Amino acid sequence: MKTATRCVQLGTGTDSHGAIVPPIYQTATFEQPTATEFGEFDYTRSGNPTRALVEEQLANLEEGKFACAFASGMAALTALTRLVRSGDEIVAGAELYGGTVRLLERIAATQNITVLYADTSNADSVRRIVTSRTRLILVETPSNPTFRIADIGKLSSIAHDVGALLAVDNSMLSPIFQRPLNHGADIVIHSATKFLGGHSDVTAGAVITSNPEVHELIAFQQNAEGAGLSPFDSWLLLRGLKTLSLRVRHQNDSAKKVAKFLESHSSVRKVFYPGLESNPGYEVHRNQAEGDGAVVSFTTGDPVLSARIAEATQLFRIAVSFGSVGATISLPCRMSHASIPLALRHRLGPPEDLVRLSIGIEDVDDLLEDLSQAFEVARVTANELECEVALAASL
Amino acid sequence: MVAIAEQLLEFPNKPSTFEPDEPGFDTLALHAGFVPDPTTGALLTPIYQTTTYRQEAVGKDKGFTYSRSSNPTVSALERRLAALEGAEHCTCYGTGLAATTALCLALLKAGDHVVASQAVYGGTVRLLNQILGPFGVTAEFVDTADEHELRRALKEKKTRFVFIETPANPTLRLTDIELSVRIAHEAGALLVVDNTLLTPALQRPFEFNADVVLHSTTKFIEGHNATVGGALITRDAALHERFSFVRNAIGAIQSPFPAWLTLQGVKTVGIRMAQHCANALEIARYLENHPRVTKIFYPGLESFPQHELARKQQSAGGALIAFEVDGGVAAGIDLMNSLKLCALAENLGAAETLVTHPASMTHADVPAPQRVAAGITDGLVRLSVGLEDPIDVIRDLSQALGERKCAV
Repeated sequence: MKTATRCVQLGTGTDSHGAIVPPIYQTATFEQPTATEFGEFDYTRSGNPTRALVEEQLANLEEGKFACAFASGMAALTALTRLVRSGDEIVAGAELYGGTVRLLERIAATQNITVLYADTSNADSVRRIVTSRTRLILVETPSNPTFRIADIGKLSSIAHDVGALLAVDNSMLSPIFQRPLNHGADIVIHSATKFLGGHSDVTAGAVITSNPEVHELIAFQQNAEGAGLSPFDSWLLLRGLKTLSLRVRHQNDSAKKVAKFLESHSSVRKVFYPGLESNPGYEVHRNQAEGDGAVVSFTTGDPVLSARIAEATQLFRIAVSFGSVGATISLPCRMSHASIPLALRHRLGPPEDLVRLSIGIEDVDDLLEDLSQAFEVARVTANELECEVALAASL
Repeated sequence: MVAIAEQLLEFPNKPSTFEPDEPGFDTLALHAGFVPDPTTGALLTPIYQTTTYRQEAVGKDKGFTYSRSSNPTVSALERRLAALEGAEHCTCYGTGLAATTALCLALLKAGDHVVASQAVYGGTVRLLNQILGPFGVTAEFVDTADEHELRRALKEKKTRFVFIETPANPTLRLTDIELSVRIAHEAGALLVVDNTLLTPALQRPFEFNADVVLHSTTKFIEGHNATVGGALITRDAALHERFSFVRNAIGAIQSPFPAWLTLQGVKTVGIRMAQHCANALEIARYLENHPRVTKIFYPGLESFPQHELARKQQSAGGALIAFEVDGGVAAGIDLMNSLKLCALAENLGAAETLVTHPASMTHADVPAPQRVAAGITDGLVRLSVGLEDPIDVIRDLSQALGERKCAV
């Protein structure tokens, strides 16, 4: 069955009333057959039929065997880090989401776990850094927001050589374009809040794997720490997944046009997009992904101008997160990646003047027109904004 | 049926027509109509947020085909509400007025006549006069508490049903359900009771042979100000059939999520109503003795003119109190503005205490003579007593009443 068909047809379950859409099992408890026998479900923290459906669907779309759905992407990452024990090492991509870095730094500080940041777009540099104590390699590919590409196959060999697991955060592309398990990754992580949910109405995360031992540990965490996805959010996510294929393909096509437009614009210094041949990891990316996603970044050489552009757009909403049906614009350095601890920000943080766009399903001509006018407005008034930005930065 | 939380109710000796071995009201509120989920054993009815149902074969469904016609979550609520009213059938609607609309469309045709309580909810009046009037339905609003007036209104007319609200809002005047049923039936009309203000926890019109009970579930049934909804309950299978037909035809069914919230809310309706009543009685007794209160209407007070009738058909006084302060409209407005805990609102039936000054708020558009004739005098204040500690409400009333000088 093709992916678009699986998006729609699966995840509906079999209901005794024949409901076409699965019911929302908004219940905490389930009746047991007898005092000593348990049914498939007993308590929603441990398992819930609506959540089980979305987990089945997520595993299917990633072409994995198992999935656990969590209340947020960070809850999923937290469960992942529980695979690492005191004295172990984590090798992490040098350009990870700010919240991930914050989490890793906390673990490093409190649990006697060493976190090493590596340029994961260079497999050799990762090979040099891993040791027999490395338990987990965690990467985003394409990374966010400058789209460095990690070679999933190479990294998985490096990980497996030292007995480590490779986890790939696939939030940027979704399984429609990239299925890391097929390239040797052991675990796929999602912030399902992004493309998977796709409508900015649900905060969710997922850990997907084909490794039964890993799954058992993650499922244990899900139950023990109680961060499983709620029935209503599971239902919303199932609903969002129905159109996943349609949405991301459309967004991908539009993003390509936006990237081309930006490349030719005089105010733009550099464009970052996995689908541009100028992207250093282009070849690797082509080998492991079928699409480039809907997030495009660019620099202007001037943080003030960048801020002004963000504020001058009419259709692009200034907002963190990405992957929604609605276009958004952000300054990662100040927003999504601001939680990178100060000591690391200079090294790991994105450039000050970087603007990140998440392309929605609006008519692309409207988005291009909006960007054009925003560039024009920003160019004229950039100087006026200088003091405001200075003020904001000091807050 | 065993009365709920009897120690909290004022009229514990009210005779019941229900068999003593039937489950108690609170038990029904929790369990009635619940069918354990066959596939998972879920202890709560799932929210069937679905429009369509897969059929096993052409024309062979599993009881549901399309959620405008029926929905498993809504059906669970319907079974529960029917059981609580001591009836067999219920249809749920998107709002209380949608239920009233379905009632009218199911029972009326051009040329038909309806008799309704004078103090019936304003939305019901608007529906009968402004929506159904142009289709040839005539509605007459009379003091249904007055036997002679009711008989006169029914005389030689094609009255299809009599619609009563007891207690009336905001005057709290009671209509004798048993007597009204008799009069209506003698005239070949049905008797419909809007039981929103008391809920079946306090009054069960089918014990007096009413034909239809209507609810705005928005009020005490759901009880948390979280949903809007309505219900039509009946013991007559043929009537139910017509309500279901109309509901499907006009597309007025309750949606699954509010139905589910109502299922959750109604679980506590027994204990909530008992507490509402206990609080209201305490507050009514306080007001009765306050020098600035010139009149007080609360069915639970022995001084209430129809106290005996209240004891006959209700199991407690309810949550609403109406009282008059000296000083007319100005004093009423003044009191409203001085209250701190009691919220100024035109709604009722919530967990929070809400207060209304009908002359300046809900009935401000009604000409003064007509308003006063209906018992809504200038200084009349309506209190929908909530679930706060009644001492705090009394303190609030005390400071608001005490600091005011007599305005006249």
